[in-house]
Amino acid sequence: MIRLEGVTRRYRSAAGERTALDAVDLTIGRGEVFGVVGRSGAGKSTLIRAINRLETPDAGRIFVDDQEITALKPAELRAARRRIGMIFQHFNLLNAKTIEDNVAFPLRLEGRPEAEVKARTAELLAQLGLAEHAKKHPAQLSGGQKQRVGIARALACGPSVLLCDEATSALDPETTEDILTLLDGLNRDLGLTIVLITHQMEVVRRVCDRVAVLKDGRIVEQGATADVFLHPQHAVTRAMLAEGEEAFDASVVPAGARLAKLTFRGSSTYEPELSRVARSVGVDYSILSGRISRIRGEPYGQLVVAFTGGDAEAAMSQLTARGVTVEAA
Amino acid sequence: MFENVDWAEIGRATIDTMLMLGGSLVLTVILGVPLGVLLYLSGKGRLAANPVLNAVLSLIVNILRSVPFIILLIVMLPVTVLLVGTSLGVAGAIPPLVVGAAPFYARLVETALREVDKGVVEATQAMGGSTLQIVTRALLPEAMPGIIAGATVTAIALVSYTAMAGVVGAGGLGDLAIRFGYQRFQTDVMAVTVVLLLILVQILQMIGDRLVAKVSHR
Repeated sequence: MIRLEGVTRRYRSAAGERTALDAVDLTIGRGEVFGVVGRSGAGKSTLIRAINRLETPDAGRIFVDDQEITALKPAELRAARRRIGMIFQHFNLLNAKTIEDNVAFPLRLEGRPEAEVKARTAELLAQLGLAEHAKKHPAQLSGGQKQRVGIARALACGPSVLLCDEATSALDPETTEDILTLLDGLNRDLGLTIVLITHQMEVVRRVCDRVAVLKDGRIVEQGATADVFLHPQHAVTRAMLAEGEEAFDASVVPAGARLAKLTFRGSSTYEPELSRVARSVGVDYSILSGRISRIRGEPYGQLVVAFTGGDAEAAMSQLTARGVTVEAA
Repeated sequence: MFENVDWAEIGRATIDTMLMLGGSLVLTVILGVPLGVLLYLSGKGRLAANPVLNAVLSLIVNILRSVPFIILLIVMLPVTVLLVGTSLGVAGAIPPLVVGAAPFYARLVETALREVDKGVVEATQAMGGSTLQIVTRALLPEAMPGIIAGATVTAIALVSYTAMAGVVGAGGLGDLAIRFGYQRFQTDVMAVTVVLLLILVQILQMIGDRLVAKVSHR
């Protein structure tokens, strides 16, 4: 669906040359929700802007729907962009136009007949719950409503891809959840392929099927969201995931204890596996930290436990046998 | 009081001033908006960035803006005769007024365009808008409050320019103020013309503010 091959982008300034993207290869499948995370300056923004060529790469090729975006002439590029919707952190609505005219804007740019523009706009406004705001201006709307308008506008021309550039970063948690639910629904109902860049790990956890981690313009890690989030390999991924999580205090670890990180996934998350194993092996455990949550709807639990007073080794191998992932902590 | 004031003459002068102002303002906007758009578009990092064009336009604008208007009036005389066949009266005043005001207004238009969030330009590009569409459908409408406010400032500057144009035979209220009020010490004529100019400026500002409020949706 979307393929990047050796995409490189350098910025030249008086301060010298900076490589924003360094030979990035990436494949995103049709109907996927794909997240790109990284610290600020990692190249996320350049990456997403390269997909619709708001940033033209210095080297490499980009394909969307088997069309080579990087080889298009200006008029062809404009036509291709209509099939790629985009929403933004600061919404980028036209303040001088009403909500209705903002949503109709891409259709009018394309030169569709006015009757069709009116009908399609009304349909989109109704679909996104914006009908009552049709005659208002963006300044009269809340952030969440503005992003809904942004989404309606991005969907107007019937795109197959939606690019989300930090689309929830300016919103409060409740509104973020609302927008994510909406994106999730669009992905499910319309089969829309969604690429989103964010620095909010919660956003990825909530909606992304797969994720790539970007550092200094390179992808350092990628995979299914649950795999990357539960078993991060790269230091940057670990650090980003650790933010906002309470690390346990090493001084509370009992003397002679054996530490282990246990990961439960799927339905086993809610089974009393740890308790069963502890009883059968005759070992005690204390939970030092933990989280029970969902990644893209799949339940998981991840606990750091300290085994004491028994055969920790046997407990760990039994847990492994029961499908729990056991790692050193 | 007002023993020197010839009201018919004042009336004619007022109409002349209005004609000079109206004619030059329309032409200033017609020339200034495209020039402002070109200055903006050719600027660094803009849609049609072109350092050479930008430098040339910028230099021309700066030269015209740095020439005192009274000098420009005199320098423009031959050009004016060439353009409109006379350097006198309302017609003769309009070319120097436009040449004096258009570069000033172009800078105000450029500034108004720069204040449009570049995200709006980017979003329009992402929707498949061409450069022409971005300018006409996104940039100019978004910058409209600034463009109108700029036209108001320019119109008021033109009022004082028309007074100066009186010196080279343009007629109008300024001419009356200088010939009768200043040179013949007819203070009452001076006072009447100044009050009329003041009223004109007030009306222009009021119209400008109303229009800005109408198109502003921030």
